[in-house]
Formats: sequence, structure tokens, C-alpha cells
Amino acid sequence: METSAMVSREDILGLLEQVHDPEIPMLSVVDMGIVSDIEIEPEKIHVILTPTFVGCPAIELIRSAVREKLSSLGVPTVEVTVDYTRPWSTNRLSERGRQILAQHGFAPPPRYEGDFEPEILLNAACPYCGSTNTQLRTPFGPALCRAIYYCNDCRQAFEQFKPL
Amino acid sequence: MTEQYRAALEDLLFRMADDALIYGHRNSEWTGLAPLLEEDIAFSSIAQDKLGHALALYRMLHEMGHPDPDQLAFMRSEHQFRCCHLVELPTQDYAVALMRHALFDYAEHHRYELLEESSYAPLAALARKVRGEIKYHIFHASTWLRMLGVEGTDESRARMQAALDMLFPYALGIFEPTQQEETLRELGIFPGEGILREHWLEDVVPLLESAGYRVPEPSEVEPVVGGRHGYHTEHLQPLLEEMTAVFRIDPTAEW
Repeated sequence: METSAMVSREDILGLLEQVHDPEIPMLSVVDMGIVSDIEIEPEKIHVILTPTFVGCPAIELIRSAVREKLSSLGVPTVEVTVDYTRPWSTNRLSERGRQILAQHGFAPPPRYEGDFEPEILLNAACPYCGSTNTQLRTPFGPALCRAIYYCNDCRQAFEQFKPL
Repeated sequence: MTEQYRAALEDLLFRMADDALIYGHRNSEWTGLAPLLEEDIAFSSIAQDKLGHALALYRMLHEMGHPDPDQLAFMRSEHQFRCCHLVELPTQDYAVALMRHALFDYAEHHRYELLEESSYAPLAALARKVRGEIKYHIFHASTWLRMLGVEGTDESRARMQAALDMLFPYALGIFEPTQQEETLRELGIFPGEGILREHWLEDVVPLLESAGYRVPEPSEVEPVVGGRHGYHTEHLQPLLEEMTAVFRIDPTAEW
């Protein structure tokens, strides 16, 4: 077993890439951008997670999955805290995460500067055919972070990871 | 934290948390029953967001020495609640649900906007975090105000107008001041219900008018108050009984 002094940030991120969001299972917590800080001490790792939505019901599950995954590093103390003092927005989704979303029929969230306005939800590009002749059916979906659309061209319903 | 600071902060946190919890519960009553599937999902999602906000606020109170969030949400008596009457009202009519949604969530939007500058750092952080969520809530509300107003039918306009006339005095009750009003302002925690009411009116009145409704003259309307001091409508107690029924079977159960 490695000694804890040798644990690096990359080791930790490598493991966290194997922890997935139960509500969007194709994305890892790293791709989601919800790992907002990692503190490494000789005897302790401290990971800080920022939930997407304050009421995200998956966050406790993610937290225990992260703790369990990192326990394989052999560091005596693994602490995982959840707080929202560090900002999170969908702009923090990784490029790889965006591609994975699109491959799975999810329109990735549009990037935005400054504050977003909900109007940027309109006319999302259909992840199946690429058309922007689409209609927002509801900004709310099967999970807090998902919105529902209909593509008028290929006549498919699809979802978007909605900007926040 | 001085005693004075703590008392003022707690007063504000209980009002906000109880509003979010009770309003969230009322919204959840549309789960499975809303007139459209999309609306069912919308009200359920908004309910989930509001319960998240309530949980975050109860957690702050817990960190200040109060019981844990479940105890605060499910084990207090009616008179310990500090929610406004607007959120307590039952809504069998979808027009009433939508109109309340608009009136309440625009107030939430402005309340959290003011709190982004709060001297209590955890509350300021929460306010910045929920800003995006509440944008979706008011986006949803304003879309429906227009669809059933200027873009609607005579019947939809009439029903929404009746809902507005009925709810407006309750909406003004959101801003019922408490004895902590002055202290909250002096200590930089929150600029006060008076300022919030002004911001809300500046936004909501033109919004409602442009959506095709007649807004009562605020200075001529008597706000429905009492909730911020523990006096509630006859609708709160039955709501609490229903909301807490499962929890009370075994308050020590592990979930």
C-alpha cells in the first residue's frame, strides 16, 4: 500500500472520476465540476463538494460514494464535506462531460457569461439531429438539473442539462 | 455572535425556513394532480427546491443550537411556526396555485437578492447559490401569467384575476414586520421587509399589468398579517398533521 504522504491530487481525481452522479449516471463528479476543493495533509484528505441544486437529493449518496472510493488510498482520515460557499455553475461542466451528455441524448448546458437568464433555455439544439427548431416543454424535468424539450424536426423528446 | 445578533438572525431564519417548508408542501400537493404532465413536474420540482432551501435554513438554525432540521420541520406546534398566511392557503384551483406562485416567488427572488449582501456570511452564500434556482421559478410563473392573461381566454383571465384579487392582501402579508426589523437592518443582516415590499411592488405590479391583470392599489389594501407572530389561518394545523403523520409514527426512526 502506498504511504499517505505520496497521495497526490491526481491520484484523488483519478479515483473520483469513477464516482458517478446517480441522477446522470454517465457523468463523474469530476466531469460535473462539483468537486470544488481538495486539501491534502499527511494523515488526512479533505474533499469539498458543491451540490448542483441546494435540494439535490443525490448529494448524500455521492458524498458517501466519494468517501468510500477514497478510503482505498489508505489515508487515515478521509473527510468529505458538502457546502455551497464555493460557487458552482453549469459552466464548470468539463468538455468531456459535455460530449458524454450529447452522446447520451442530453443537450449540454449552454455556456454563458456573467448571469444567465432563463431565456437561454429556448431553442436548445436537438442532441439527435442537431436542429434548433425545438420547443422547451418545461424548464423542469425528471431531476432538478434537467429540462424537457421536443424537437420539431426529428420529432423526438429530449432533455437538456439546464444552465444554472 | 452577540445575543442581539442571534435573536434578530433567528427571527429571520425561522420566517424564511417556515415559508419555504409550507409553500413547498403546498406545491407538492400537485404531484400527480396538476392539469398537465409538465405542470405536475414543474410544481413537484419547485417543491423539491423549496424543501432544499428550508433544509439549508433549518441547518443554519441547528448550527446555532436549535434541534436538528427534522425536529424543527416536523415536531413544532402550529404557534411556533412563523410562515405568512399566503403559503398556508389550500389551493384546489390551479389559477390560485399559479397566482400565489407568482406573488410568492417574486418576493423570494427579491428577498434573496437583498440577502446576497447580508453580514451573516452563510446566508449570503446561500442567497448566491439559490439565485439561479429561483430564476427558474419566476420564469415559470411569469410564463403562465402571460399565457392565461394577455394570451389567454376570457375565462382564464377572469379566473386568474379573481385569484389575484383574493390573494393580494395575503401577498402583502409576506412583508409583515417583526420586532427585529430595526435590528436586522442595523446589523446588516437584512435591509428589512419595508424595502423588500418596495422592490417587490416595483417588479410585480408592471409584470401583472403587462400580463393583462388589474392590480389592486396597494395602499388601499389591508395586508393579512399574524403569521410572523405565530397566529395562523385554520389551514395550517391540518397541513401540519398531514405533513408530519409519517414522521410522528416513530420520530427516532432512521431513514
